[in-house]
Amino acid sequence: MKVLNTPLSESDVRSLRLGETVFVSGPVITGRDEMHIRALEYDKNGEPVPDDIRGATLFHCGPIMRQMDDGSWRVIAAGPTTSARMNKLEPEMIERFGIRAIIGKGGMSPEVADAMRRCGCVYLAATGGAAISLAEGLNSCRGVEWLDLGMAEAMWRFDTQKFGPLVVAMDAEGNSLYQRVMDNLVRDI
Amino acid sequence: MIKLPEPVEDIVVNLLRLANTKLPADIGWALEAAAGWETGEIAYTQLGAIMDNVKKAEHIGRPMCQDTGIPVFYVRGRFDSGIASQIARGVERATREIPLRPNTVDPLTRENNGSNLGQGMPIIHYIPTDDDFTEITVLPKGAGSENMTRLAMLNPADGAEGVKRFIIDSVLDAGGRPCPPSIVGVGIGGTSDVCVEMAKEALLAPLDSENPDPVLQAMQEELFVALNSSGLGPMGLGGSTTVLGVRIKKAFCHTASLPVAVNIGCWATRRASARITDNGVEYAQGVEL
Repeated sequence: MKVLNTPLSESDVRSLRLGETVFVSGPVITGRDEMHIRALEYDKNGEPVPDDIRGATLFHCGPIMRQMDDGSWRVIAAGPTTSARMNKLEPEMIERFGIRAIIGKGGMSPEVADAMRRCGCVYLAATGGAAISLAEGLNSCRGVEWLDLGMAEAMWRFDTQKFGPLVVAMDAEGNSLYQRVMDNLVRDI
Repeated sequence: MIKLPEPVEDIVVNLLRLANTKLPADIGWALEAAAGWETGEIAYTQLGAIMDNVKKAEHIGRPMCQDTGIPVFYVRGRFDSGIASQIARGVERATREIPLRPNTVDPLTRENNGSNLGQGMPIIHYIPTDDDFTEITVLPKGAGSENMTRLAMLNPADGAEGVKRFIIDSVLDAGGRPCPPSIVGVGIGGTSDVCVEMAKEALLAPLDSENPDPVLQAMQEELFVALNSSGLGPMGLGGSTTVLGVRIKKAFCHTASLPVAVNIGCWATRRASARITDNGVEYAQGVEL
């Protein structure tokens, strides 16, 4: 079992090979459409954004969370969301914040692949819908930012432990497993 | 009106719990069959992760997927208009108790009130009949698959070949986004609104049930083979399991039209029905409307 310890360095991600299966341990943040929009807008306007966005391992996920009586949060279910929705926002996220790894499903556009190649970032595919198994790797929730965006769109912080399995589906050289599959599809009736 | 043995609100909470925590048996069997023929390592790992997750979700009674969707309801048989507010109360309670993810937002302001209700919610389709039962079915529809919905108003000259071409392209262009292996719901004919409605309703039937129309049954089988020969595979990462099933419904249409709609269901096509009679409530996880 290959375990990647976050935060990841540029050389960590550049050493990963397409198709390889890995697990992640360490800090991970979640972010979807609204989190991307807000982070970029705040940063452009010189307003502060949470420190841990920089160099982050970013999980495209809107979890189901439950708040305990002591105010802490517990994860109920947390699988990946469709990454392609963030295609237009992600290149700038990678450039501005140095995102090192994105965990999601369905893959991302050639423009994102290009930003990953230039800046040193990889895309790790989690199994869509496997929200209970994946939640087991989200060891503990270390808090939440921007909860006003709603449970799904907020930025959650997790300490992960052997979170996965994840497939290196887009590497830091600009290669994409999804693109290879799509280029070779048989469309015969 | 049927005298209901327990409040509709309670039945709706039960339905949402059943649908979200337990995968319909026919889909489980289809996944097992797929794992038997998949040869690629990545594809096999994806199917294994899915089946492992299904077992765990059922065992601990939690939603198998964090996207508990927008619950689409179908009410059939005998009922009165008050059933809508009772279903709404059930949705609100299920959101807190199970819990479900609060998914409904204002389409423009994106404001989320946390209840899974709001203007136009919950979505309920009514099918009044003279039967001696009230049947409530729920299909919690996640956005990953729902966002891939397509409608084409083809020309009649495009014919059955054009219909099949459109279905195959719709599924393959969606790639890994709708969480394949998927279930493909298809509507052929009707008007545009009816066509899209049929495509979603088609997802309610169990995969192991024969289509009552032999022509559509043959088309389902042909598309099943074609799509699984495409190479898209589980999660769009390559493999020979792109779909678990294809289900088609049709209705007559205008002589100048040939509408086709595709509504994709992810592998976690969650469904549950409650048939309520004087004798009690019977639950099932697949229904032919």
